[in-house]
Amino acid sequence: MADESLFEFLHMEIVSHIFNEQQSGKGEMDNKDRAACISLLEAMGFRVGQGLIERLTRDTPTFKDELDIMKFICKDFWTKVFRRQVDNLRTNHQGTYVLQDNKFALLTQFSAGKQYLDQAPKYLAFSCGVVRGALSNLGLESVVTAEVSVMPSCKCRWNTNT
Amino acid sequence: MAVCIAVIAKENYPLYIRSVPSQNELKFHYTVHTSLDVVEEKVSAVGKSLADQRELYLGLLYPTEDYKVYGYVTNSKVKFVIVVDSSNTSLRDNEIRSMFRKLHNSFTDVMCNPFYNPGDPILSKAFNGIVSGMMVQTS
Repeated sequence: MADESLFEFLHMEIVSHIFNEQQSGKGEMDNKDRAACISLLEAMGFRVGQGLIERLTRDTPTFKDELDIMKFICKDFWTKVFRRQVDNLRTNHQGTYVLQDNKFALLTQFSAGKQYLDQAPKYLAFSCGVVRGALSNLGLESVVTAEVSVMPSCKCRWNTNT
Repeated sequence: MAVCIAVIAKENYPLYIRSVPSQNELKFHYTVHTSLDVVEEKVSAVGKSLADQRELYLGLLYPTEDYKVYGYVTNSKVKFVIVVDSSNTSLRDNEIRSMFRKLHNSFTDVMCNPFYNPGDPILSKAFNGIVSGMMVQTS
């Protein structure tokens, strides 16, 4: 991956551009607009995730089952995309997986605690889309959400039963 | 040198199919369609034999009297099918594998192109060029 700061700056600008565009029409944003912006970001991430998977699985052998796919996402994929190892992965063995990263790459510049917590979801939408695109291209339809309680740690949850 | 090359999407419809124009193209379309069954069979069989190294290259799918059909599946369940002439016996396994590798690399580039929507027919000139390089040259 190229120099990290390039993507971080681009990502920050994408988020603020989309929100400004939506806001320029009216004075303030209501929840519907906010949701539209977030789904736009997530859709961008989805397409990126699909392309990334095609490139990253080019030489890996076929995945045997869902567990294999999850291992790939949590180890190789996360390491290549976010340059970090996942700190914790839990599952309920019924299709729900929760992944925890204590120093999420796109949130490290915000704060080290609870400040700016309400702004965080905007910056997680793209990454949720990337994970959803990756899972979808590997054959698993899922719903991916992320939550932040203390920065820069974030929990990413997805459910493959949908 | 291939006689026909096809790229089939996850949902089993063709994204790209190109054959040597001098012969009846419908016959090749039919051959590729029937080879999909063999691909499915190989893919589901691999899951059961745990000791096998799961490879993307599937090998010779089936030989007909005039042609041999080879298959390859990516991790995103996109299938590549190459049909070669039986009379061309000089083509070894390694050469077929390298043809598939080139196809896969070219397909990855198409996939990463932001102007390409996954699921659309492949119209990329670069991909066309790679495929032309692998087809039998007709005068």
